[in-house]
Amino acid sequence: MIVAKQKPLSELTAMLDGYRNVLAVGCGTCVTVCFAGGVKEVGILASALRMARRLDGQPMSVAETTVQRQCEAEYIAPLAEGLDEFDAILSLGCGVGVQTLAERFPDKRVLPALDTTFMGLPTEQGVWEERCQGCGHCVLDITGGICPVSRCAKQLMNGPCGGSQGGMCEVDSDTPCAWQLIWERLDRQGLADRLLEIQPPRDWSTSRDGGPRRIVRDDLRLPPPEDV
Amino acid sequence: MTAAETPFEPKIVAFCCRHCAYAAADLAGTSRLAYPPSLNIVELPCTGRVDVLELLRTFEDGVDGLLVAGCLPGRCHYLAGNLHARQRVDYAQRWLEDIGLEGERLRMINLSAAMGAQFAELATEMAETIKGLGPSPLGTRRAAGEIPSIGCAACGDPAPSLAESAHDRGDGR
Ligand code: SF4
Ligand code: SF4
Repeated sequence: MIVAKQKPLSELTAMLDGYRNVLAVGCGTCVTVCFAGGVKEVGILASALRMARRLDGQPMSVAETTVQRQCEAEYIAPLAEGLDEFDAILSLGCGVGVQTLAERFPDKRVLPALDTTFMGLPTEQGVWEERCQGCGHCVLDITGGICPVSRCAKQLMNGPCGGSQGGMCEVDSDTPCAWQLIWERLDRQGLADRLLEIQPPRDWSTSRDGGPRRIVRDDLRLPPPEDV
Repeated sequence: MTAAETPFEPKIVAFCCRHCAYAAADLAGTSRLAYPPSLNIVELPCTGRVDVLELLRTFEDGVDGLLVAGCLPGRCHYLAGNLHARQRVDYAQRWLEDIGLEGERLRMINLSAAMGAQFAELATEMAETIKGLGPSPLGTRRAAGEIPSIGCAACGDPAPSLAESAHDRGDGR
């Protein structure tokens, strides 16, 4: 899932300075299950913003709604009706949700309420950890299902580095060394010798280094209207 | 006595678990122990039912103080409801401070059903704390004029806007 956290209230009140009538829009998918932007979090944040602004002597109305999926135009289309009365939309979606709203409603101010942080999973109730950076060329087959791109601070492909100590990463003694985990996993599977094969430098053009990425599936695209 | 001289009687809501604090409040009553008359008790199946959203909305609606009263640690009938409630109260207190309200307006206490006297004592103590802080600066939502003034110009009653009714419906639209 995409994991995000709410921005501090002080940052949001500063961002919303001058606005009087705001629509807070949550998302019912990833940010609901990481407790950052679902129905309940929209309710809590909207209530907090109304109270903070009331105490500032600048009352602000904050209406609340949550769509099932903020990152697809079809799901946010119904918001168009009644949008005129709001002077801004406060999105509690991930960064993609914010941008989907901004693309669909280009005349509206669309503001982010969350800091979108990573793709990851809950490791226990109330704790989320990063597991993937969407590098565009997955190597989990080589690394025993443990991602060195998101979990090794140096994104090494032939680890561990000399800083791996007692199973922990040198950049943070609370973070397991990804390469220690990779060695242990493959050893357990009787495949540790495969790690002796040196991996060549990665081609990072599939990742962020290649600029914004795009996937096109011709089998799924709609036929051109002139052919229909 | 004029209205201006009326002593401040804080509006306090107490979310009470039925297995302990609610019974303790009852016991305080039947034992004729005084506790603040302005205490509004809401019976809950367990304080684990309390959510940050309800705590904040209760303040938004204009209470001066809020008490969450659950079982003694280790005595929750649902194992850990009172411990979850404590974490949420702590979290809601941080929200209150960020908003600009005093965190002391929200407090969690733990009691057994036999602790009627302690209930009366803690409720009185809470009322004294709130009296010291004074009325909630939020007032009520309507009095604060937060609802956009598209209402009746003659009587000044602001009719709820779409935004407000959306909020009240809880579904947004
Ligand atoms: S190797 Fe790349 S695609 Fe695979 S999990 Fe790691 S970051 Fe994600
Ligand atoms: S200690 Fe391990 S996880 Fe940390 S940078 Fe070195 S190899 Fe990567």
